[in-house]
Amino acid sequence: MSKTLFEKIWDRHVVRTLPDGSALLYIDRQLVHEVTSPQAFEGLRLAGRKVRRPGLTFATMDHNIPTDQQTVIRDPISKAQVEALEQNCRAFGVTLYDLKSERVGIVHIIGPELGLTLPGTTIVCGDSHTATHGAFGTLAFGIGTSEVEHVLATQTLRQKKPKTFRVEYTGRLKPGATSKDMILKLIGLIGTAGGTGYVLEYAGSAVSALSMEARMTIGNMSIEAGARAGMIAPDDTTFQYIASGDRPFAPRGAALDKAVAFWKTLPSDPGAKFDRELTIDASAIAPQVTWGTSPGMVTDVSSVVPAPGKVPGYSAKDVEQALAYMGLTPGMRMTDIKVDTVFIGSCTNGRIEDLRRAAAILKGRKIAKNVKAMVVPGSAAVRRQAMAEGLDKIFVAAGAEWRYAGCSMCLAMNPDQLKPGERCAATSNRNFEGRQGKGGRTHLCSPEMAAWAAVEGHFVDIRERM
Amino acid sequence: MKAFSTHRGIVAPLDNANVDTDQIIPKQFLKSIKRTGFGEALFFDWRYLPDGRPNPEFPPNRPEFKGASILVTRNNFGCGSSREHAVWAVMQYGFRVVIAPWRQQGDARVPAFADIFRNNCVQNGLLTVELSEAEVEEIFQMVGRFPGLEATVDLDEQRVVLHVQEEISFHFQIDPGVKEHLRRGLDAIGLTLQHEADIATFEKSHDVQMAR
Repeated sequence: MSKTLFEKIWDRHVVRTLPDGSALLYIDRQLVHEVTSPQAFEGLRLAGRKVRRPGLTFATMDHNIPTDQQTVIRDPISKAQVEALEQNCRAFGVTLYDLKSERVGIVHIIGPELGLTLPGTTIVCGDSHTATHGAFGTLAFGIGTSEVEHVLATQTLRQKKPKTFRVEYTGRLKPGATSKDMILKLIGLIGTAGGTGYVLEYAGSAVSALSMEARMTIGNMSIEAGARAGMIAPDDTTFQYIASGDRPFAPRGAALDKAVAFWKTLPSDPGAKFDRELTIDASAIAPQVTWGTSPGMVTDVSSVVPAPGKVPGYSAKDVEQALAYMGLTPGMRMTDIKVDTVFIGSCTNGRIEDLRRAAAILKGRKIAKNVKAMVVPGSAAVRRQAMAEGLDKIFVAAGAEWRYAGCSMCLAMNPDQLKPGERCAATSNRNFEGRQGKGGRTHLCSPEMAAWAAVEGHFVDIRERM
Repeated sequence: MKAFSTHRGIVAPLDNANVDTDQIIPKQFLKSIKRTGFGEALFFDWRYLPDGRPNPEFPPNRPEFKGASILVTRNNFGCGSSREHAVWAVMQYGFRVVIAPWRQQGDARVPAFADIFRNNCVQNGLLTVELSEAEVEEIFQMVGRFPGLEATVDLDEQRVVLHVQEEISFHFQIDPGVKEHLRRGLDAIGLTLQHEADIATFEKSHDVQMAR
């Protein structure tokens, strides 16, 4: 019988079917960070349970940490949470990449870097952006803290089988459009709940043409379409990424050859059935910018701020509230929106290729007066690579701040925050009210769009600058 | 986990769609390493004025909704971050039930609650009730006309009853596995560990590196 990529991985991981029809699913890796794990470890302790497979559990610290330097956490509550993770990892025998480690970084950036993210495996983490790893043909999804505890104790999860949803991007992206625009476009089309209950599979010529890092940007924001997981079939691009670089957990030599032979069997079979399908012409995708307080409130940069009642999937009241919060009026051109802050980074767009693309624009240019720009690498390894290439000097010469690795202003759980009323072009993933700081206004976009906004002080249709 | 069978309480309205978990509990409260103390932080940015006093404009703050334990809201509640703190906050404030509408989008039925949030609710014994948009609209109308009205949510019968003069009732669907889990207040880890032998057998032939 023809099977989808998702079904092949799912079927290989079912330990048994449970009486209620759900599956007991085996988890190959659990990634852990400081925010969603302390209560899970405490639960184990109270019940006298151990971590079943500490060797399959990997922890790092990313949400709370400052990015102006790498090691000192001044906020005592943040510090306590990070120290709790250190103690828990020691007590339960879990590998931890701490602030002194050369491989520390945002959990979804370091998983692939370390070779922990492999096709055909299952990965979970107490973090909704775990969908990132799906770019490798991995079944990866976010879970809550109770489920984190469940995986720690049993290496399994009780899961109801989700439905499947194939999104095919035909054609090729035009210059100026990126994989960030591909995923924002999809969210605009199906809404932030359009993927709820589904695992997405992204396919088509425009997806095959993308690099691994660009694919991760798409997988990452699957959750913003409501889908817990979004996958891309592994191919030569995937195998080359895994085979290259310093990835201590990736197979090498004969083991890699054997793995690749297996990974080649994973793509969805011809004729495999999906519960839902959608086709998007990638060549028609314009650079996207969000104008509201939900990632589905997004439009072409060449368009205007929409009017209440004119946005599919959102009520007039939703749009009125969003525009009031964002301080925007219907009919205003997107390119007339001025920004005072630019944030380049996060698990969505904090990888080396993202920084290279931003640097290519900022090279020899200055950011606008009144704009504060921050470039935050997604990991210590990305930071080192960027500095080896001299990107840091380009950012600093342009007037941007060059930071240490962390989640930073994506969720503002650390000192990097917007002040009320500040308006930010952000390469991150959520434009919710208060997400980047109470009263802060977020416009999601690609690194290229953010870099040009930094230079000109407002959004520009970057296709006109190419 | 506390078992759920039937619950009667005051219904509080929150007339917003796509309420995300950042809004349910902002990040500054996620630094705690405990499972308690989140009730005061629920809907923090909407619920309090800048000086820290309760915002009288925020509907659940109105006196007639004091002590409410059933929240009625709009579609896609709990979207965004996976933070289980959101569920802890909703429950520690005093809610036992959240009601929201599913929506028809083309051929597809879009669930009322975001996936991870809904799973987290099941883990903690918070009942999520999905009704049609028209039914939820009727509840909003009734709460508007009779602020402070009470409802009974009966999980066994899968029914919501509004206690107005002539009782209005709505039937809801629920996954049978979820229903059983909530009714019995089950400990998921304890249940799974009954299959320890199956897990051990599976591990013997399962390669976590290539997962074949």
